Amino acid sequence: MSQRLAVQKTYKLYIGGAFPRSESGRTYPAEGANVARASRKDLRDAVRIARHAGSAWWAMTAYNRGQVLYRIAEMMEKRQSELAALCTGPAEVAAAIDRVVWYAGWADKLAQVIGSANPVAGPYFNFTVPEPTGVIGILAPEPPLLGLVSRLSPVIVGGNTAVVVASEAHPLVSIELAECLATADVPPGVVNILTGLRGELSPVLASHMDVSGLDLTGADGDAAELEKLGAENVKRIVRGRADAQSPYDIAAFLELKTVWHPTGM
Amino acid sequence: MTKDKREIARRPDKAPMATAWDYAPAPEARDIVKIQERYGLFIGGEFIEPASGERYTTIDPAREEPLAEVAQAAKADVDRAVRAARDAFANGWSDIKPSERAKYLFRIARLLQERSREFAVLESLNGGKPIRESRDVDVPLAAAHFFYYAGWADKLEYAFPNRKPRPVGVAGQIIPWNFPLLMLAWKIAPALAAGNTVVLKPAETTPLTALLFCDVLRQAELPPGVVNIVTGDGRTGAELVSHPSVDKIAFTGSTEVGKAIQRTLAGTGKRLTLELGGKAANIIFDDAPLDQAVEGIVNGIYFNQGHVCCAGSRLLVQESIYETVIAKLKRRMATLRVGDPLDKNTDVGAINSKQQLEKISALVQSGIEEGAEIYQPPCRLPERGYWFVPTVFTNVAQSYRIAQEEIFGPVLSVLTFRTPDEAIEKANNTPYGLSAGVWTEKGSRILAMAKGLRAGVVWANTYNRFDPASPFGGYKESGFGREGGRHGLEPYVLLEDA
Repeated sequence: MSQRLAVQKTYKLYIGGAFPRSESGRTYPAEGANVARASRKDLRDAVRIARHAGSAWWAMTAYNRGQVLYRIAEMMEKRQSELAALCTGPAEVAAAIDRVVWYAGWADKLAQVIGSANPVAGPYFNFTVPEPTGVIGILAPEPPLLGLVSRLSPVIVGGNTAVVVASEAHPLVSIELAECLATADVPPGVVNILTGLRGELSPVLASHMDVSGLDLTGADGDAAELEKLGAENVKRIVRGRADAQSPYDIAAFLELKTVWHPTGM
Repeated sequence: MTKDKREIARRPDKAPMATAWDYAPAPEARDIVKIQERYGLFIGGEFIEPASGERYTTIDPAREEPLAEVAQAAKADVDRAVRAARDAFANGWSDIKPSERAKYLFRIARLLQERSREFAVLESLNGGKPIRESRDVDVPLAAAHFFYYAGWADKLEYAFPNRKPRPVGVAGQIIPWNFPLLMLAWKIAPALAAGNTVVLKPAETTPLTALLFCDVLRQAELPPGVVNIVTGDGRTGAELVSHPSVDKIAFTGSTEVGKAIQRTLAGTGKRLTLELGGKAANIIFDDAPLDQAVEGIVNGIYFNQGHVCCAGSRLLVQESIYETVIAKLKRRMATLRVGDPLDKNTDVGAINSKQQLEKISALVQSGIEEGAEIYQPPCRLPERGYWFVPTVFTNVAQSYRIAQEEIFGPVLSVLTFRTPDEAIEKANNTPYGLSAGVWTEKGSRILAMAKGLRAGVVWANTYNRFDPASPFGGYKESGFGREGGRHGLEPYVLLEDA
C-alpha cells in the first residue's frame, strides 16, 4: 500500500514581499510546527524595507489602495478553510474578511471625513488633509487572525506601512494571511510580518527611530516599558481594541496637514 | 526725475541701502495696566498664598526691571489646584448645559476684546514682544479662539460622527513663554468647550497675562475651580504632569521636555498632546514673487524675535536667484527696528530672558566656528535689556548645528537647492516636522511641494498665519495632536459608542 505522503509547509517570515527564513536560522516550536524565530536584525531589515515602501504606497491613488485592500479580502475568501484551521474557526475568518472589506471602502473617503476646509478670518484658502504617519509597528492581539487584521487594516488603508509581530502562541495564521497579502497586489514591503518571541522583538520595535507609531493593542505586561521606549522619537502610541472597527482607528495613525494660500486677483 | 533716478526706481534690487531713518518714539502708554506687587496662585476661584511661601520675581526683559513677585507652586499647591479642578468637574461643570458653557466662553472672548489694550501692554512688558504684535496678533487671536470654541460647546456631537463625546476630566496644561496669552487661549478654550476643567501653568518668565486673565474669569463669573492657574518653573510643571488625578496633559514647549513628559505618562493611559520644536524650511523658487517672498522670509524668522516654534529658520533658495534674494534680504533687514517693545514702530523686541539670549548667542557662535558666514545689519541696541540683532547665516551646510537645532531666536540659516526634489529632501532632513513655507507662482508645484513636505502646516506664498479655525500641530518629533479647528477638540473628548 502506498499512501501519498502529504507535503508540509515550512512557516517563514514575510518581509519585503518575500518569505525568508530568519537570518539567524532560528525557529521556535508553536502549534506543532517549527516557526521562524525572527531576530532583531530581521526586524530592523523589515523596518528599513517598510520605510522604503511607504512613498510608493502613499503615491497610489486612494481608489487604488482601496482596491488592493479589497483584493486581500478576495484572497482570504478563497482560503477560508486554511485560515479557519489556524485560528478559532470559520466565524473568526468571516469576521476578519468582512473587516478588511469594511476598511477597503474607507480609502477614498478618509480625506472627506477626516479632512476639512477651514474658514479662516482672512484672504486665505485653508484646508486640512490627512496623511500617513509612516512605519507603524503592530503587536498583534488575539484572536490571532481577527486581532491582526483589525489592527493592520486601519494602518495600511491610511497609507502607512506596517511591521507586525504576530501572536507568539498562535503564529501560523499570520503567515497564511501573508500568503493572501502576497497574492493580493499589496506592494512588497507595505506589510511585513514577523513571527518569534515578543520579549525579544518588542523593545527593538518600540525603540526603533524609523518606526513612527506603535499599536500596542496586543502588548502584555510590558506596555508601559514599550511606551517609554517609544517616546525617544515621539511615537504615536495606540492601545485600541482587538475587535474595533472605526475611522477613529484609522485616524490614530494619520497626521493632519494644513495648507494656507492667499486668495486674490 | 533724472534718468538715473528713474533707472533706480525701476530696478529696486539695485537700489542703494536704505538710510537709517529716525522715527520719533511712539510709545504705548503703560499705565493702562495695573500690575500688583505680588500675586498668589489662582485656585478655586481665588488667589491664595503658595504653601511653601516661595516666590520669584518676574521682570521686564527690555529693561531688566522687576515687575512683580509671583508664587512658585510646589507639590502641595499643584495638588490643591488639581483637587479644585476635580471638584469643579464633578460638581457641575461637566453637567452644565452645553449651551450655557458656550455662553461663558463667549463672555471670556468679549472681555478679552474689551480689555485688549491692557493685555497687549502687559504682554509686551513681561515678554518683550513688540506692542504691534501683541496688539494686532496675540490678543485678538486669543479672543478669537475663545469665540470660536464657544460655538463648539453645544455642537460637539456634530464633530464626531457616530460617537458620543464626553469630557476627559481634569486637563493639566503647560504653556511656553513665546505667546503667553495666545497659548493660554489655545489650551483653555477647547478644554472648557468640551466640558473639562483645567489646571494651567504659564511659563516661568511670562506669568502676568495669565494672572490678569484670572480677572477676566472673575468678570465672566466662571464657576470657581473650572480654571486654575499655578505659576512656577519646571518643577511645578513636573508636579502637574505626574499628578495621579490629572486625566490629560497638553504641553507646548521643547522637544526634550516633551519626550520626558511622554516617558512619565507611559503606561498610565492618560491622554497627551505635544506641540514641540521646529526647524522649518522656507523654500523660495526662482519664479516666486521675490519682494513678497522677502517679506515672507523676514516675517517668517524675525516675527516675535524668532521665538516661534514654526519660525522659518532655514531658508532654502533656488540657486539661480540666490544672489538676488540675499541682496534683497540684507537690504530689508537693515530697515528692521530693534528696540523698545512698547514703541509702536518696533519690529523686533527684546529677547525673552537672559537664559534664552545666552542660548541664541552660543548657537550663533557655533555657526561662526563651523564656518558659516554671518551677516548682521548695523543696529543700535538699547543699553539695558536682552537684545539680539537680526542675523542671517549664509554658506551653511546641512550638518551645522544652526541648520539642525532649534535656535528660537532671530537667526536665519540660508541653504540652496536646484530641483524641487532636492528642496523637499533638504526640508525634510530634520527630526522636526512642524511647518514649512513655499514660494512660487506655479500652482501645481505648490500642491506637489505641499504634499511632499512632512510638516503639519504648510504656508504657500505666505508665512506665520494663524487662525482659530485652522488646525496647528506637528509631524515627527514636533509632537502630536492638533490645536485649532474641529480637530483641536479631539484631545479633550472621550468618544463613547453612540
